[in-house]
This record gives sequence, structure tokens and C-alpha cells, in this order.
Amino acid sequence: MIDRMAAALMSLLGLLVSAYLYLYKIGRIGTLACGSGGCETVQTSVWSRFLGVEVALIGLIGYAVLLAVALVALRTDQVERRPSALLLTALAAGGVLFTAYLTYLELFVIHAICRWCVGSAVIIVTVLVLGLLELRRLRTGPA
Amino acid sequence: MAASPVGMKRFYGLLAAVAVVGIGLLGYQLSKPATVSIPANVQIDVKDTAGFHGYVKGDPNAPVEITEYADYQCPFCQTFATLQMPTIEERLIKPGRLRWRYRDFPLQQHPFSRLAAHSAACADDQGKFWEQHEKLYDGQAEWAAARDAAPLFRQYAQANGLDLSKYDACMSGHVHAGRIQASYEEGVRVGVQSTPTLLIGNRLYQGRLDSDAITRLVDSLAPKTTSAK
Repeated sequence: MIDRMAAALMSLLGLLVSAYLYLYKIGRIGTLACGSGGCETVQTSVWSRFLGVEVALIGLIGYAVLLAVALVALRTDQVERRPSALLLTALAAGGVLFTAYLTYLELFVIHAICRWCVGSAVIIVTVLVLGLLELRRLRTGPA
Repeated sequence: MAASPVGMKRFYGLLAAVAVVGIGLLGYQLSKPATVSIPANVQIDVKDTAGFHGYVKGDPNAPVEITEYADYQCPFCQTFATLQMPTIEERLIKPGRLRWRYRDFPLQQHPFSRLAAHSAACADDQGKFWEQHEKLYDGQAEWAAARDAAPLFRQYAQANGLDLSKYDACMSGHVHAGRIQASYEEGVRVGVQSTPTLLIGNRLYQGRLDSDAITRLVDSLAPKTTSAK
């Protein structure tokens, strides 16, 4: 139960981080400028879009879905059920893979690191770990 | 194991508190003034540091001068050049109220910006700087995604009617590399950190200035005379 609560909380934090990055990307936060900062470098690079969609928007939608799933998984009729935990873990695993790809781009292609992206990476990995812990708990039975 | 109703209530309370604080912080960021200006490092005389004074358009006797530090591969400089500059030109530069000085500030993360600046400098040798400048910004999406931008820059030069043998010699000889570096270093000394940055009076304005804001600034620095000419 505590894992699902933590997953919901982390998903909310991820949603807020990606909302910030998206608002920055569309110029509603910060200055519309190219600078030497890591986030500016990353956000103004051609890699800030994936298949024509802003990466920050993908993150925003992804975390919103993750939060919704985590909240549903907290319902009393779902807490001891495996499918909701499985869906949460699968979504987080997808997020981790996408984050790994973006981190690779930051390190080896763009050569800049955005600390907000690092924050998001920590959050999504944490959600995955929580999902896996929850799956293990359900397999071994309630403590 | 399900949590007690009290425990769940506390958890949802915590979740709501985090959401409220987060949304509040985002709202605060959104409500911050769109444009901030910082004082330029005015000990550095813009005109004396590089030997080259930048590319100038407008009346030499205009009451206000704006120096723009920009990077050809910066998307925000592109937006500024294509969306705001035409209005600024019609409203302020052509009537003689404003003189515009363009200076290169190629950022390290943009692989083609120095090459683009050099292409414009070579066009300047043949009196076609602004024509090449415009084509570079108009075509940014095309060349920024290219493996090699130089052939596209050459196409722009050809379309602008440049003598290509002179252009090629200028490009391959890196004739203006020093000018571009000097312009960049001067920008750093003045206090430029990002592009586009405008130096108006003795203040630096970073990003997000639009033609209306610039008109207001020019109006405040040199009010329009009401007497009929």
C-alpha cells in the first residue's frame, strides 16, 4: 500500500516537473532565449522533439496517465490486486526506457545535461522500483 | 494490506498539498514579468573592442540604437528575425527613429551558427549582408537539420546574386573568423549570456522582447516629436 502511495506521490512530482519543462519549452516560463545553460541547450536542440511532439509534452501526458493509474491502484477494491500494479510497473518501465534514450542523447549527442530532466529520470526510476516492490509483495503475499 | 480510512485521508491531503504548492510555484513562474533587463557592463565600449562595429541598418543619426547579439542557429533568434524584425523595420528603422546593429554571438551548442555567421560576413563583402542574413534565418529549419549546412548557405549566396568564386574564397579562407570571435568575446564582456540579447541604452534585454515592447522602449528613450515637418 505504501508503495502505491509513494508511486502516486512521485507521479505527481513528475507531472509538475514535466509541466514546468513544457511551459519553459513553449516560452511561458523563463526567457525565450538560447543560452549556455544545460536545460536551454537541451530544450532548444532538435532532440527536444520526438516524432514531431515536444518531449516535455510526452512527459506531461505520461506522468498524468501514471498518476491516474496510481490513484486507481489505491482504491480499496484494487489494493490487493495484481493487474493495477502490473500496469503501473509496465508504464514506469516504458518511461524508464524513454528516459534512458533521452539521457543517452543528453550525454553523447547534445553534450549537455538538464537538471530538471535528471529530476524526472530519478522520479521515473523510483516509480519503477516501487512498482516492482509492489509486484513482489503481491507474489509473496501480504506482510 | 489496505490503509485505514484516516491514513488514506492523510495521504490524499498530502497529495493535494503537493499539487497546490506545485501549481502555485508554476503560477508564480508564469506571473513573473516577461522581460527582464540587466545593466550592461558599461565599462566596455561596444564600439572599441572588436575593431569591427557590427552590421548596421538605419539612419546614422537615429536617436536610438539597439545592438542585437544573436546566433543564426538559435530558434528564438529565428522567430525574432522573421516575426518581429519586419514590424520593427517598418515602424522604427525606416522612419529614422532607430538604428539596428547586429552582432554575432554564436553559441557553442549550435554546430552551424559560426559557419552561418561566416557566410553572412562573406556576403557582407559583396554588400549583401542583410539579404544573406534573411535567407539564413528563413532557412534555419532546413540547414539546422542538415548533415552539412555549407552547400545550403552557398545556395542562398547564389540566390542572392553573389559572385560565388569570391564567396567560396572567403569561406574557405575563413577570412572573417576573427571578426566573429571578437564579436562573441565582446558580447561576453558586455554581459551577454544568451541569444537573442538586445543592448538598448546601457541595459541588456534577454529574449522575449517583441516589436511592441521595443516600440515602447524607443518611445520612452526618444519620444516622437508632435510638430509637423
